[in-house]
Parts: sequence; C-alpha cells; structure tokens
Amino acid sequence: MTAATDRPQSAAKTESSDLILSALGMSMVFGGLVALNNVDLSIERDSITALIGPNGSGKTTFFNCVTGIYKPTRGDVILYPAIDLPSISLKGKPADVITHQGLARTFQNIRLFNNLTVLENVLIGRHTRMKAGLWGALTRNKKTRQEEAEAIEFSFELLVTYGLDSMANELAKNLPYGDQRRLEIVRALATEPKVLLLDEPAAGLNISETSALRDLISNIRENEKVSILLIEHDMSLVMTVSKKIYVFDYGRLIAQGPPDEIQRDPKVIKAYLGED
Amino acid sequence: MSSNFTASNIGRLVWSEIKPALLATFWICLLAFPLMTLSINPTNQTYSFSMARIPYLAGGTFALSIIWRFFLKRRSFQVITKAVHQSEGLPEDLTKGPKPTWLTVVMGSKYRRQGLIVLLALMVVLPFISNPYSVNVLITCLIYVTLGLGLNVVVGVSGLLNLGYIAFYAIGAYTYALLNHYFGLSFWICLPLGGLTATLMGLLLGFPVIRLSGDYLAIVTLSFGEITRLVLNNLNITNGPRGISYIKPPGFFGLDLNGAPKDFLVNYLGVDPGMDVFKVFIYFIILALVILTIVCVFRLENSRLGRAWLAMREDEVACQAMGINRTRAKLTAFALGSTWAGLAGVVFASQITFINPASFSFLGSILILSIVVLGGMGSIPGVILGAIVITALPEQLRFFSQYRMLLFGALMVLMMVFRPEGLIKSTRVVHMHTLKNGNGNKTKLEALTGAPPERASSPPAASQSPGQANSQANGQANGLANGLAKPPQGPTGESS
Repeated sequence: MTAATDRPQSAAKTESSDLILSALGMSMVFGGLVALNNVDLSIERDSITALIGPNGSGKTTFFNCVTGIYKPTRGDVILYPAIDLPSISLKGKPADVITHQGLARTFQNIRLFNNLTVLENVLIGRHTRMKAGLWGALTRNKKTRQEEAEAIEFSFELLVTYGLDSMANELAKNLPYGDQRRLEIVRALATEPKVLLLDEPAAGLNISETSALRDLISNIRENEKVSILLIEHDMSLVMTVSKKIYVFDYGRLIAQGPPDEIQRDPKVIKAYLGED
Repeated sequence: MSSNFTASNIGRLVWSEIKPALLATFWICLLAFPLMTLSINPTNQTYSFSMARIPYLAGGTFALSIIWRFFLKRRSFQVITKAVHQSEGLPEDLTKGPKPTWLTVVMGSKYRRQGLIVLLALMVVLPFISNPYSVNVLITCLIYVTLGLGLNVVVGVSGLLNLGYIAFYAIGAYTYALLNHYFGLSFWICLPLGGLTATLMGLLLGFPVIRLSGDYLAIVTLSFGEITRLVLNNLNITNGPRGISYIKPPGFFGLDLNGAPKDFLVNYLGVDPGMDVFKVFIYFIILALVILTIVCVFRLENSRLGRAWLAMREDEVACQAMGINRTRAKLTAFALGSTWAGLAGVVFASQITFINPASFSFLGSILILSIVVLGGMGSIPGVILGAIVITALPEQLRFFSQYRMLLFGALMVLMMVFRPEGLIKSTRVVHMHTLKNGNGNKTKLEALTGAPPERASSPPAASQSPGQANSQANGQANGLANGLAKPPQGPTGESS
C-alpha cells in the first residue's frame, strides 16, 4: 500500500509530448443543455489521472464522448498509441472501434453480462482481439480452436491475477458487489487497453473494499501497460493514487494539477462547498 | 412462534386464504353466467334459462382456486427461504460453480456418447414401426424443432424479439414451390436456395431494425410477417390464396420414390409399406437437418460470434464498449436465425406438396415463439423439448376433443406461472483450468498485497476516509473537506 501512495510524489515530471490521450475542445450539447463546454484534457503515458467534480458536472458525459457512446458536438480525441507510432483521431468513431484502438471503460452502475459466467464476461472482452468469424464458428477449424484456447487461457490468467478464478464458472450476477466491480475492471483489461477509463469504481464499496480497490488500481498500473483515467468521488482514493487531477463544474474544466495543488485551489473548494 | 397459533389467528389465516378463492369463484360465475345459464335454440327461435350448472361451476372454480393458491404459496415460500438463507450470511459457495441439474449430470456422464447413439438409433427406427399418421406428426415435430432452434438464435441468444419469424418459413416454402412450379428445379437444388433466400430476407429486415430493440422491434417484425403473408396472398405469380399445389417431393438421386421403389416393394418383395415412401425419406431429411442445426447452433453459441450475441442480449451499451460491432451482431443474428426457417420451409413444402398463404399466419409465429419461451430461452435441449410438447401435445390431447385447445392453453399458463425459465433452463458451458503453478500458490495480487484481495482484514483507520462509498453530494463534500484538512503533502500514509 505504501508503494502505491508514494508513487505520485516520486514520479518524475514528464514532457508534454509524452501523452497517451488528449481531448481537445470537447463540447456536448443536449438540446439546450451544455453538458460539456470546450474541455481540454490530456492523460500522460503510464500515469493515473483523476477526474472529479460535483454530481452533474459532466464527468460521465465526458467519458461517454471519449469512448464513443455519445458523439461529441465539437472537439477531437487523439490517441498516441506509442511514441514512434502516428497519432489516431477517435473523433466520431463508434464505441467498438474506439475499444479496438485501445480505450476500455467501466460503468458507474455496474454493467456486467449478468446471465453469463465470469469467464464468459472476460472472454467477451477478448472479442476485439480475436478474429474468428462465422465460418470459423461453424467449422471449428484448427485456427479457431487454437484462438479460442488462447483466449480462454488469457482470460483465466487475468482472473487468477485479480483473484477471481475460483468463481470463473459462476454467473456474474451471483457475485458479491465488490467482486462485480472487480470483474468489470478485469473485463475491461481483457481488451488489452492502452487507456483504462474507470467511472466511479469505488461507488458502493465499504472502507476495506475501497482500500483493496486502491491496491488494485495501483497494481493494474504496474502490471499492465496501461494509463488510467479515473472518475471518483472518494477523495481519499483520488488524492492518493492519482498523479494529476482535473476538476469539472457545470461542464467546464475549472482546475487541473497535482493533488496537493487541487486541495488548496479556491475554485475547487468553492465548487464543492459553495461560497461563504 | 407459539403465540401465533391461537384460534383467532388460525381463523384469520384460513379466511385470508378462502377470501380470494371466493372472490375468484364469484367473478368466474359472473363472467360465465350468460354462457352457462342461457341456451338458445335457433331452429324454433326460443331460449331456455337454467341455473342448474352454476353450482358445479362455482364448486369447481373454488376447488381449483384453493389448489392454485396452495402451489403459489409453496413457491413463494421456497423463494423466501432461499433469500433468508442468503441474507443470514450463508452464502452459496461460489467456488463450487453452478449446481448440477439432471441435464448436466446426463450430459456430463461417461455414458453420454452411448446414450446419444441409442437415441439416434431410436429416431432412425421410429418411422418403420409407426403408422403414416405418426410419421406425419413426427415430421411436423422435427420441422418445429428446426424452427424453434432457429428462432432461439434470434430471441433466446441475441434477445431480439421477432414476431414475424413465420415469414422466413413462408419464404423458404415459396422459394421451393415457385422454383419447382415454374422451372422444375428439384428439392436438392432448392433446399440451399430456400435457406439462402431466407437469409437474404433476414438481412433485408435487419437493416431497418438496427436501431430498434424491445417492443419497437417486435412491432416491426410483426408487420414484416403480415406484409409477407399479404404479398403472397395478392401476387399473381404465387397464385394468391389458392396457393401452389403438386409440389414435387424430394427424389433420391433423381429417382421418384413413390414410383419404382414403391412398386418394387409391393410387387417383388410383397411388402406394402402402408404409406408414401417419400414421407419416410422426408423424415430422414428433416432428422439430418435437425442434427445439423443442433451442431451449428451449439457451435455458434460457444464461439466469438455467439458470445457477441449473448453480450448484446445482456447489455447493448456494455457490448459496444467491449468492442462488439452491434450492427454486425444484429444483422448476423437475424440472417442466420432466418436461414433455418428457410430450410424448414423447403422441407415443409415438400412434405405437404401444397402451400398457400394461410399456412403462414401470425399464429405460426406465436407458436414458434411459445416453443422457445416454453422450452427455455437460449437452451437447446429446452427448445427441442418445447417443440415436441407444442406439436405433439395437441395431438395427444385429441381425447378431450373440443376442449383440447382450452386445456393446451391452460397448461401453458400453468407452465409460465410455475416455471418461467422454461422446461429446461439454459446452462452455460463450464471451462476448467488447471493452474500451471499449482493450486496452492497465492495469486499474483495476494502475493503483492499480502492479503486476499477484497477481503482485507484490517480496514484503514476509518476516521481518515469518511467520504467512502457515497456518491451523494454530502459524501463528496465531506470527502474533499477531509482531503483539504490534511497537510499539504496530502497523499501520504493512508493507513500508517
């Protein structure tokens, strides 16, 4: 646990060129409601970035715009897959293409495939990294069988790593709440993401579960080659794991910076606690 | 507990059971009053009034109602007991995997292969030991098994409610009928063509419904079914409501089975098969088709594509977020589901040798849907059993003559009340995994954190993180205030 809490301080400052994802001028308008107003946000490679703000400030809308669930009214999302690879614009792409490009997300209210087993949930996460089509499914040729076996092996390894393997054949809906949250993260990891977007992973967890989640997030950062963007209301979690924090209020970006700066920022305090 | 069983309490309990039964009796009597008391004699235009049948009706309804309530009570009691067990901290041991059902026991046993061979042998022998009527029922039954399994792909696996499935059956049947009538094409050429036409029509229907789901999808597919029937009814080429007759039954490598082979059997071997030989042949064709369907549907369901369908059924948003192309998944589900209806349609046309649009009414779609729902959504053995029940039961109930459909309906209502998951519940394939590093080892995460994940025994000092778990504004404010209250170097030693 100490390793996790020390890291944000010990990490060296990175150059602005070392970004993995940047959203430029994102706006989302629903009818007359401006849910997101010209937001710029970028995520550094191999870091944990947090997104906070009061309820209704546009955090989840931002997630939905970035992951293609919504089509943003304006703005662009650019992914830098690797330093030596050209950047990719994700603007207007459908959700499944964006996932294939390397963004994976979880949902605020858990959205597992309830009537499928834990293993099948993870296998569905592998979908985008597999190739078998109709012909392969019907003939079950050697290539398909091999791909299937590899996918099962990969999924089992993920389940073992994150301690869910003993329940692999249980239906997802039968899992305890905390395990369901964890399974959703593992399912997202199965897509081999470059950026993992977690939408309130600690919602509904008790103190010890939140503490385990903190370790889980830190471990994911270290085990997998993945950068994390985190929406969270639990400030103790946000302040300890994240390297940089963005604060939204009424669809605008009101502050950004390292945790200790954010804690002292008068605009942030005003957004949360109101004015005297 | 003992104080609950005083005389007045028991009286109240009994009354609470009897009251709804009495109400039901009163209601039924009121509803049935004109039906049961008035009898009209149309010849001399008189009517008579008699209350004689009302007491029987009342007595019967009351007894049935009490029995009905007893079973409902028993069922809810079982549900409650289970829930109490769970809430009392007696969790089911999730690591053991799902509970075995009789089906998983049978399919998992070492005699599975022998069992399947015996079953197959029985199916092969069956037409030779039964009469022409039974063979016809068997063929119909197997056609409905194919239809049920096909619709199961759309409704049970992919979760797309299709109320116009009979249209694809009609398209298959008419493909064969028309091609045979106008171009003299044989059954064997038309079988794949019928399947293909239905697939293409499935794709055609798929495009407009990509954005729809649930009720809206049901309405569109329902309309599609009706449009297809009306088109068939009004086109000249299909001969309208008079339909197409003299459809050629399938031949055996160009041999007319009702000609020479039957003559040979009767004249030279002295054996009278007692039925059309081609019917037995069709039986074997549809049997082979059913086996092919089972294999294909099972393989599809446990493939990358099938999992995409299942994911789409479970959660349309999450499935896209997992990288599944929803458009493609929907289209393939519609198209592939329709293929089986097309194939079954070709076989149907060759069995009946006469088709008209009346054979493909909305009731047919509902019948196939009932097979899927009654059998168990997404369950292959369930759908097979459902098809057998739905097609064979009305035949078996002929003993009850005019009440047979009434009884059939009542059985379906009972079934859905007491077993909503279907005759055979869908079960998922179990994958076992042997860890390479042995079972006793800690998982990577445990090794890293020193404690089993999620069940960390020592919670961090509670006073330091009051904002946990709450997503309400209150919780946030508290959490942030707490974060703000910390010294500037904030993110240090949470649990130190």
